[in-house]
Amino acid sequence: MHSEAAIREPLILGHKTYHDITQDIVGPIENKAPRGWYVLTTIAAIIALYGVGCIMYLLSKGIGTWGLNKSVDWAWDITNFVWWVGIGHAGTLISAVLLLFRQKWRMAVNRSAEAMTIFAVIMAGTFPLIHMGRLWVGYWVFPLPNQYGSLWTNFNSPLLWDVFAISTYFSVSLVFWYIGLIPDFATIRDKVTKPGMKKFYSILSFGWSGNAKAWTRFEEVSLVLAGVATPLVFSVHSVVSMDFATSIIPGWHTTIFPPYFVSGAVFSGFAMVQTLLLVMRKVMKLEAYITIKHVEYMNIVIIVTGSIVGVAYITELFISWYSGVEYESYAFINRATGPYWWAYWSMMTCNVISPQIFWFRKLRRNLAFTFFMSIIVNIGMWFERFVIIVTSLHRDYLPSSWNMFHPTWMDVGTFLGTIGIFFTLYLLFARYFPVLALNEVKSILKVSGESYKNEAAKHQHH
Amino acid sequence: MANKVIYAVYEDPEQLKDGARKLVSNGVKVKDTWSPFPIHGIDPIIGIKRTRLAIAAFMFGITGTSLALLGMWYMNIFDWPMNIGGKPSQALYKNLPAFIPVTFEFTVLCAAHGMAITYMIRNKTLPGMPARNPDPRSTDDKFIIEVRTADNHGHSAEAITSLLRETPVFEINERQY
Repeated sequence: MHSEAAIREPLILGHKTYHDITQDIVGPIENKAPRGWYVLTTIAAIIALYGVGCIMYLLSKGIGTWGLNKSVDWAWDITNFVWWVGIGHAGTLISAVLLLFRQKWRMAVNRSAEAMTIFAVIMAGTFPLIHMGRLWVGYWVFPLPNQYGSLWTNFNSPLLWDVFAISTYFSVSLVFWYIGLIPDFATIRDKVTKPGMKKFYSILSFGWSGNAKAWTRFEEVSLVLAGVATPLVFSVHSVVSMDFATSIIPGWHTTIFPPYFVSGAVFSGFAMVQTLLLVMRKVMKLEAYITIKHVEYMNIVIIVTGSIVGVAYITELFISWYSGVEYESYAFINRATGPYWWAYWSMMTCNVISPQIFWFRKLRRNLAFTFFMSIIVNIGMWFERFVIIVTSLHRDYLPSSWNMFHPTWMDVGTFLGTIGIFFTLYLLFARYFPVLALNEVKSILKVSGESYKNEAAKHQHH
Repeated sequence: MANKVIYAVYEDPEQLKDGARKLVSNGVKVKDTWSPFPIHGIDPIIGIKRTRLAIAAFMFGITGTSLALLGMWYMNIFDWPMNIGGKPSQALYKNLPAFIPVTFEFTVLCAAHGMAITYMIRNKTLPGMPARNPDPRSTDDKFIIEVRTADNHGHSAEAITSLLRETPVFEINERQY
């Protein structure tokens, strides 16, 4: 059997058996939910309902209820869209890219990170749809034969690329996630005793039986899906960035955008994974599976991507001066020193300076500090999109149309609402779905489990 | 003589592999194994061929590439060419750079979904399908070898069982079918 170097920290703490793993994950699903879950779900559901109410109001009254004006005709809506898509990058990165790199630590976090991805992409997709004003003609974004000619969609437009990128990303992530879930649903199906639950999980498990050939196919599908999902992860946020980069607005028209957006997305996605997992490991008692080492690994990803983002910000600044284009230079001087200086400097502090604190090993292994930082990074990444979008628009070529953006309560309501819907979906997932990839975690138990590693080390010394 | 199916239950995938090797080296054909996670290296022991799903995925992928290019050519070049901002859509090769993102996304879409659907059908895991694992513990912590006497005319059920007893087997169950 393949064995692991003793110097590597174990990924599963304590002495666990295969049955313990099943018990630790399926137990909370079988038993009554703790009171905290009901409290959190109620709060999230109230915010979600408020958001749905806001969206209904928005659709009935029109986009005029947002604070958009003639100069700033894209603001919180697209900021929220890009923010959510960015958050939705960590899940598939963890499950696909880290699978290709054979990172075993991904196995404890990929399931919940992918769930987060799917919910975040749903939230992201909401914004372009409601921004259309006429939600019911949303299907017009697809190239369907119609009564107008046929008048087709314009495949030269990055906005249409985005339609394809986001819908492909969403559906492929969903399928990837569900294929991994099927064997775990089968585990729940075979374990629970209540007839209602048994029925529910046997429908979800699609009759999975776990014979040798099925597992061979499972591994092949996981590998190939990871292979196609890896370029997909990078393409999605590249395409999102091209919504801006292919335009001629100073501040948007930069070739650095695709890699800069992708690393920003991974950065914010991992921060959101930390926010969710640090709470979940405590509430669901998953400390043996999502260890401090896991948190540390993710914080290392945050330093790397945060530093790439920092370099990108500085490069952008330098190039705006070096290009000699005065409009470009002004866009950046205005960002840093104009009326939105506070947004720019919040972004710089949260995204460039604060992640560097993770160079201290003590701090990146400190859970309370990591939680605090994950919130800071998410705030910073929201500001990044706000800065890019609003500060580039609010002062255009004609000073008579220079303007500020003032969010209305509808801007705030729709944004808060999506956060509510996101957390409601996530809490439902945590309650009813296996939050750990059972089959994957079991497969590394005897290689990376603490007691097995100690055992193997003892044998080597003899 | 009634046909029998023998289930040898193990507690560890490595022990199961030892058991399977023992059976196969004695000329017993192993029908299948059931486990809570993939047992690496079991396929060559019990004679399972490599899956061709990756080839299927490639086929679905290139179908997607072709469909995307054909569709975009038809819609934007042939059927209704638009001139937007003085940049007319005249020929596929001229518009190709702008068509790359959608071509890529559609390739991935077709490869991933085509492969996923093929996988589901081949594995017989579709909504409403019944579970076929012989023992509910095989999705929890037990690893099971299935041997059928119908596949092994040269060996009696007792002979197979006594071979299995020599391996660290957890329990052996026999069933008529």
